[in-house]
Amino acid sequence: MKPLDALKALTPDAASAISRRIFMKGSGALIVGFHMAGLAGRLGMSPGSAAAQRLDGASSNQLDAWIAIGDDGSVTAYTGKCELGHGLYTAQTQLIAEELSVPFERVKLIQCDTALTPDQGTTSGAQSHPTNFNQASLALAGATAREALLQRASTQLGIAVDQLAVKDGVISAKSDASKKVSYGELIGGRKFTLALNPAAKRKPASEWTVLGKPIPRVEIPAIATAQFEYVHNVRVPGMLHGQVVRPPAVGATLVSVDESSVRGLPGLVKVVVKKNFVGVVAEKPWQALQAAGKLKVTWTPGSGLPNQRTFHDNLRRQTPARDTSLVNSKDVDEKLASAAKVVKATYHYPYQMHGSFGSSCAVADVQDSKATIWSATQAVYPLKNSVAMVLGMPAGNVRVVFRMGSGCYGINGADTVSYDAALLSQAAGKPVRIQLPRKDEMAWENYGVALVIDQRAGLDAGGNIVAWDHESWSPNLGGRPGANSPGSVVTGFLAGFQPPAFAGRSPAPDPANFANNSNAVPSYVTGCVGARCGGTGKVASQRVHTHVVRSLFFTGPLRSPERLQNTFAHESFMDEIAATVKADPVEYRLRHLDDPRLIEVVKSAAKAASWETRPSPRSGRRRTGVSAGRGISCVLYEGDNGYCSMVAEVEVNQDTGVIAVKRLVIANDCGPISNPDGLRNQLEGGALHGLSRTLFEEVTWDDQKITSVDWRTYRPLPVGADIPKIETVLINRPDMRAMGAGETAVTVVAGAIANAVFDATGARIREIPFTPERVKAALNARG
Amino acid sequence: MSVINFKVDGRSHAVDVDPATPLLYVLTDDLELRGPKFGCGLGQCGSCTVIVKGQAVRSCVTPVSTVAGAEIMTLDGLGTREKPHPIQKVFIDEQAMQCGFCINGVIMTAKAFLDRNPKASDSEIQQAMSGVLCRCHAHVRMMRAIKKYAQGVKA
Repeated sequence: MKPLDALKALTPDAASAISRRIFMKGSGALIVGFHMAGLAGRLGMSPGSAAAQRLDGASSNQLDAWIAIGDDGSVTAYTGKCELGHGLYTAQTQLIAEELSVPFERVKLIQCDTALTPDQGTTSGAQSHPTNFNQASLALAGATAREALLQRASTQLGIAVDQLAVKDGVISAKSDASKKVSYGELIGGRKFTLALNPAAKRKPASEWTVLGKPIPRVEIPAIATAQFEYVHNVRVPGMLHGQVVRPPAVGATLVSVDESSVRGLPGLVKVVVKKNFVGVVAEKPWQALQAAGKLKVTWTPGSGLPNQRTFHDNLRRQTPARDTSLVNSKDVDEKLASAAKVVKATYHYPYQMHGSFGSSCAVADVQDSKATIWSATQAVYPLKNSVAMVLGMPAGNVRVVFRMGSGCYGINGADTVSYDAALLSQAAGKPVRIQLPRKDEMAWENYGVALVIDQRAGLDAGGNIVAWDHESWSPNLGGRPGANSPGSVVTGFLAGFQPPAFAGRSPAPDPANFANNSNAVPSYVTGCVGARCGGTGKVASQRVHTHVVRSLFFTGPLRSPERLQNTFAHESFMDEIAATVKADPVEYRLRHLDDPRLIEVVKSAAKAASWETRPSPRSGRRRTGVSAGRGISCVLYEGDNGYCSMVAEVEVNQDTGVIAVKRLVIANDCGPISNPDGLRNQLEGGALHGLSRTLFEEVTWDDQKITSVDWRTYRPLPVGADIPKIETVLINRPDMRAMGAGETAVTVVAGAIANAVFDATGARIREIPFTPERVKAALNARG
Repeated sequence: MSVINFKVDGRSHAVDVDPATPLLYVLTDDLELRGPKFGCGLGQCGSCTVIVKGQAVRSCVTPVSTVAGAEIMTLDGLGTREKPHPIQKVFIDEQAMQCGFCINGVIMTAKAFLDRNPKASDSEIQQAMSGVLCRCHAHVRMMRAIKKYAQGVKA
């Protein structure tokens, strides 16, 4: 097969991406790919051919892994951080256009393909900006390329680098613009053969003309006109369609499959069984769904589930537990004993789900000991390894190609459905597409963790906090599969892999250094561990202990994992303390904060919201009817990755218990802003996602199985709901380190709403979601 | 299996399928359209919405046999990148999405409603969108875009 024919065998969009790389090289230029041997195989080339050439020791410190310049001066950049709907593709394109001084339109970004792009692990944790927009990785590649091009131009033109200027990909003498050379002339079609230069100078923000601007997102016109290729739209010639049959109850295992129950069904190709994994393959998707529904499968009874009502309290007693100490000044008990007053509260957070709106989908083509997987995974390289384990083939034979899915929000079903597709394709010997039914998506995903959190604070006679004690319990099972743990998601587990063994540890060792990745440590303590104090507050006496126990269900990162839960508890509790001493919630926070940037977001949100300084709850409120109030909350996300504060204004109907959120004012500081409109979009979406999770969302179960399995039994905020007015204050810090912004706003919503409800009514709600029943119970519990 | 004829975006099609097959599967699999999408298969989220006789229809719970002879309008047929339909244009102008998976349901539901009810109030528009979901929660921009389109329809 000729290369061109082979390319046609790929999906159209995939083919164009690959052809760009191959043919740029073919035109005399460049091979910057990784694992080109595998790609060459697919393209029908011999391993020794030019296209199969690999960079020696190709790794992400080689400039050619990141950037290629075509003969025509076009710039192709390669990234391992993928677009998940959050605007990263556009922002990364801006970054490269800026660093190389070329027009935005001249940059083509290739993302997340194990045959083409650098291994950047997982696109998660609000880490894409920190990773690719600081002095490393993609940004550093841009700066290195720019300096290399200037150096080459200097040699060619015989003019010193500092006498050269760059514009639109053309380098010219400052004194004589006719002395010039273009990028294409300098290196078009050839390799740089350079390592990234850690000292390469990035373009200062004061000179930015592309980065920092509200450039519209690249994908949106195609999405709005139904031309965009999601993973759900990937079509491969000869492709069949699969479905899976999941167990009916948690802990149920397979007894038998009666294949005669589906024999003769139209279009049925194969019934697939591997340990507890059961699926079917058919010619058409509807046929696959029919066959999966009719297939007679016998399972053992489930292992039984505990009562949801008492579940939180049972977490405290569950063993074994893995205990961690994040800070411990070793004087907390003593300070609490001598405090003028001690305040205590306990907060509950449920399991919640990603609930990606399009159920998860993947396409796999497993043939001749080779596999290609089209997946919406956040982790193409780790998935390459774990899929290889599931298929029992070397990782080098697997290629994972990212295609955007339906949202993300953490580990939704994208990885598990990739295993489904791979197993079904391997059994059928043909490409297979599978998109999960809603119920299979929702009953078996890796839920965001539940938490129960105890807080205690000691106050001095002046009402200041002198000690803070935090202890939490949360259940955990599986998570991201990473490179080696397919059993961390349901399909891998059913196919015979186990989630990582649960290692109990008690008591916790003393912390070695300060790490607040989960925001378990409140903003108001010093965070001193050893000589270093990494916290953002002033309270010196502090203890934060966490206990992780084994979960009933698979769990995994859900947008702001644990950080949202902990921040809800911290920010609610801070308000409870302020109310105890009749202090204004903003003033009381500022009194205990020590980080100027966190202080600034709190002040900015309060100012933008025209915050009225007074204690909560508001005076003169009525005990019936509708009452209005406001609340504030704040966070330094992950302890070092984005500052955010929010003021919520609510109206509580005290007769029905219904909370109406009227206004959310957000102040955000994530360092230099790459794209202000993209940032606003993230903050607005995060705010409403947080609102939905605060008021409505909770995974439910009976004694056997998950019962929140569709949009009637798990109800997020619909598009037509009464939505609050949302205002954003963007604090731009061009000279600071780039931080994440996709998970800041969602983290502070619950606390802000809880505090606003308290301000309006004097009732404190300590359990998410704030259902009308819980609101009414809290109202009835008022003194 | 039986042959069913219908028109999609002005083009005639004859498909030979199980008549119980939901229209969505025919549109996305047989016709390979990229607008309508499978979100829930239960008619609960809106992502599969198409317009039939001016009404928003949830194609995931509509057997294809029930649209025999019908004219079906999909997001794919509204406009192109080069010449987007006015409702597509307002969503592009307002950057009114994040992942965009829900946008088919949002646009087609809003279009069907506003084309029939050009003088709808904001609260009536909200009511019309109350069965449509967006998990990225880009609601603010979506409602802004829909209201902008509504002004154009009125004018």
